[in-house]
Amino acid sequence: MTTPTISVPPVRKSSRGARFGRVIGSYGPFVYVFAAIAYLMLPVVIITLFSFNDPVGKSNLAWRGFTLKYWLDPFGVPGLGNAVVISLEIAFLSTIIATTLGTLISLALVRHRFRGRGPTDAIIFLPMATPEIVMGASLLTMFVAIARPPFFPLNTLTILIAHIMFNISFVVVTVRARLAGLDQNLEEAAMDLGANEWITFWRITFPLILPGIMAAGLLAFSLSIDDFVITNFTAGRTVTFPMFIWGSARIGVPVQVNVIGTSIFLIGIAFVIISLILQRRRQAS
Amino acid sequence: MGVLVRRYRKAVPYLLLAPGILWLIVFYAYPAVQILIASFWSGTLETGFTFSLSNWTNYSDALDRYQDQFFRSIIYAGSATILTFLIAYPLAYVIAFRGGRFKNLLLFMVIAPFFTSFLLRTISWKIILGDTGILLGPLKDIGILDPSFRLLATPVAVISGITYAFLPFMTLPIYISLDKIDRRLIEAAQDLYAGPWRPGGTIAGAVFGGGLFAVLAYAFLWDYIPMIAAGVVGGSVLGTALLSQSFIRVTLPLSLPGVFAGSLLVMIPAMGDYVNATLLGNPSTNMIGNVIQSRFLTNNDYPTASALSFMLMAMILVAVTIYGRLLGTENLTTGRGI
Repeated sequence: MTTPTISVPPVRKSSRGARFGRVIGSYGPFVYVFAAIAYLMLPVVIITLFSFNDPVGKSNLAWRGFTLKYWLDPFGVPGLGNAVVISLEIAFLSTIIATTLGTLISLALVRHRFRGRGPTDAIIFLPMATPEIVMGASLLTMFVAIARPPFFPLNTLTILIAHIMFNISFVVVTVRARLAGLDQNLEEAAMDLGANEWITFWRITFPLILPGIMAAGLLAFSLSIDDFVITNFTAGRTVTFPMFIWGSARIGVPVQVNVIGTSIFLIGIAFVIISLILQRRRQAS
Repeated sequence: MGVLVRRYRKAVPYLLLAPGILWLIVFYAYPAVQILIASFWSGTLETGFTFSLSNWTNYSDALDRYQDQFFRSIIYAGSATILTFLIAYPLAYVIAFRGGRFKNLLLFMVIAPFFTSFLLRTISWKIILGDTGILLGPLKDIGILDPSFRLLATPVAVISGITYAFLPFMTLPIYISLDKIDRRLIEAAQDLYAGPWRPGGTIAGAVFGGGLFAVLAYAFLWDYIPMIAAGVVGGSVLGTALLSQSFIRVTLPLSLPGVFAGSLLVMIPAMGDYVNATLLGNPSTNMIGNVIQSRFLTNNDYPTASALSFMLMAMILVAVTIYGRLLGTENLTTGRGI
């Protein structure tokens, strides 16, 4: 019997080129990741920086010097405060309604058997695969078609209807993932111990899927408060925060808009960090 | 009593579904039908619209008048999808395979820009790409670029705006599919003598680098020959160094579902986008979204605009189907693959 021979290459001192290659190999990928993240964050940095700008005239596109005056007077432009309030109202209401409707749908999809699952899946998937402009245009056409003349009044209510519509699908996807990963034995155990369906849901299922519902709500809120395209078609004369930016983009966006944009960014980040800390604590205890 | 309870049990899923699904039927499905009807309208907002099948000419007229914008939408959205793929794949790869305990932090930083307004981010590209802005200003000062050179109001600005806006949509699904890959498969491939991919990596890199730099040269009005040569050399070096057999045979095929999902998530909103073209472009870079928006909201030309919207939707559905067949991942449209 012959033993297989393995040829061992002679050990060589690594050349300068090979060492250079190894350095590139170990640091290169991270340099790339940091460059990509810097590229992604650059506009956020610019938005923040230009909230401290002191522009001459209306255009806030060139750096003219540092000032705090717009941070001290964030609603000093007529209409801006109102627009932010309307955006917040729509975001809150659409989040609450869409999260409720979407959670109910997810419960039916994961926990129940029923006929017509295919079409149900389709109508939940399609809004996410449709360009926003087509959904906005369709809603506008419908509002015009069902009430003409007089013209169907486009207002906060029509924006709200649209935002609930596109949020439902995102809520279903998020909550469904959480529900599907849930151990069904826990619910069955509760039932075996004499709890009825209602009590089982509120004592067992709901607390367990609450993180999923919260995540869905956060997603819905951020989608709603930043939505421009669908709002553009369903707003009529109502001005939300994104509509305000769009309207002022041609003549020059007021510095206060950057102040509010930066604040929204910071609040959003703070929200995520706080919820992460709470989650860690709950897991630890 | 027992019958009633059983009936109630059977009704439970429908009761849970009813409010949400009804909302989607009334405010998503019905409007979609309505816009198809409206595309066969004639008349104006003042006189009222009338439906007639003979108004199919709305479609041919619209296509006749706006074929340039349609074509541009396909080119811009397609370029942006390829660019987001080229940027996102290595990014997702490094985070998934080398991220270690910083994975979640890095991912969070990828989506963090979404916490600021989409419109404000687009407007800040106007500042960055401005004629004397932070990018072009210094290059003009030291004489690399001609003072009359501009990026704003060109296709380059619009495409890079779209690329930036939708980059996280490409990164996340690719990351998810890469992260799910069983590392033992890659190790097994290496145990089975999967080594560097030669000469495939060199050739693929050369072709890709050359092509990319040809497009860049076209966009920035540089000389073709030296640029393409630089692209071919750079691409072949990178391709040889980075593409291994285990990547081509194992990692890449297993990550295709993520690539597919990411491409759809970028391509679909990019095709209908009008924000980037409006804020960063000029009338000669208008996309089909700009036409639909102004036909609806400025001209009240509902029939033409509806026909255009319906064609856009149909085009996207056809593209999704073809693309799904090409990648052989049809059931992905239901989201089951990721």
